[in-house]
Amino acid sequence: MDIILQPWTWYISGPLIAFVLFLFFYFGKSFGVSRNLETICTIAGAGKISDYFKKDWKERDWALIFLVGLIIGGFIAINYLSATKTIQLNPKTVQELADLGFENAGNSFVPSEIFSIENMLTIKGFSILLIAGILIGFGTRYAGGCTSGHAIAGLSNLQLPSLIAVIGFFIGGLLMTWIFFPLIFG
Amino acid sequence: MKNIKFLIIGIFFGIIMTKSEAISRYRIYEMFKFQSFHMYGIIGSAVAISMIFMYLFKKGTIKDYLGNQINIKEKKKGFIRTLIGGTIFGLGWALAGACPAPIFVLIGHSVFPIIIVLLGAILGAFIYGLLSKKLPN
Repeated sequence: MDIILQPWTWYISGPLIAFVLFLFFYFGKSFGVSRNLETICTIAGAGKISDYFKKDWKERDWALIFLVGLIIGGFIAINYLSATKTIQLNPKTVQELADLGFENAGNSFVPSEIFSIENMLTIKGFSILLIAGILIGFGTRYAGGCTSGHAIAGLSNLQLPSLIAVIGFFIGGLLMTWIFFPLIFG
Repeated sequence: MKNIKFLIIGIFFGIIMTKSEAISRYRIYEMFKFQSFHMYGIIGSAVAISMIFMYLFKKGTIKDYLGNQINIKEKKKGFIRTLIGGTIFGLGWALAGACPAPIFVLIGHSVFPIIIVLLGAILGAFIYGLLSKKLPN
């Protein structure tokens, strides 16, 4: 039990993610999460505005059920399967984040400086969350996949578009982390 | 009821995402700062093992639960769309510190402001749908 309660190292987690990919294909589906964002648009009635969303969402109801599972899994893992909620970060990372105004980096999963309710209710805090979301949703659909669809399923299937997409993920991620992030929070 | 297996796979994946800390905003920052091997190890080992699965799927050694050959769909081609789309996604990923699956897992952690990120992501997908014919592909 103690092994489960401790954080799982990468060589346990990585193969388990591969096993999830296996289960998807074994049950006749492909592994990916971001297409659900379009399915949610369809359910919300986006088909009335654009033909792009005129799809039969019931064909993808299984994927929405998977999303419900993610929420339940997160709830179980953090409330019942975690002895500690702290993250063992590189001390350099903790120091750098402190310099940017993020106190106690690693004491929780996400920083309260971004994810507290009070912060969400400020214009700046709300804008950061919303804009980040728009970039995620727009980018992943334009690229044709996210981390699961491109970085795991696509790369392992030696798909060239996925390699290009992952290079893009890193260009964007590095630009944000090294250039924009210090400007936004510094 | 036939979809209950996907509920269970989702619960399992939500637990893995949490226990691996891959949903931590800090881990994403650390990865893009090259200050830890953790995320590279997770993604790298997941891809390496998945390659073996993909090979066995294509060879027909592993069939699906109905005994049919597993067909793996090719990704949509297009250099510009994947590179620019990927870069835009990367900006959002590194800003929020979450990609689509972790957004849902974090709701399970009671991190409710992540719902704003989710609404933004749905809005972003909607904007893409509206513009899809006009964007370079």
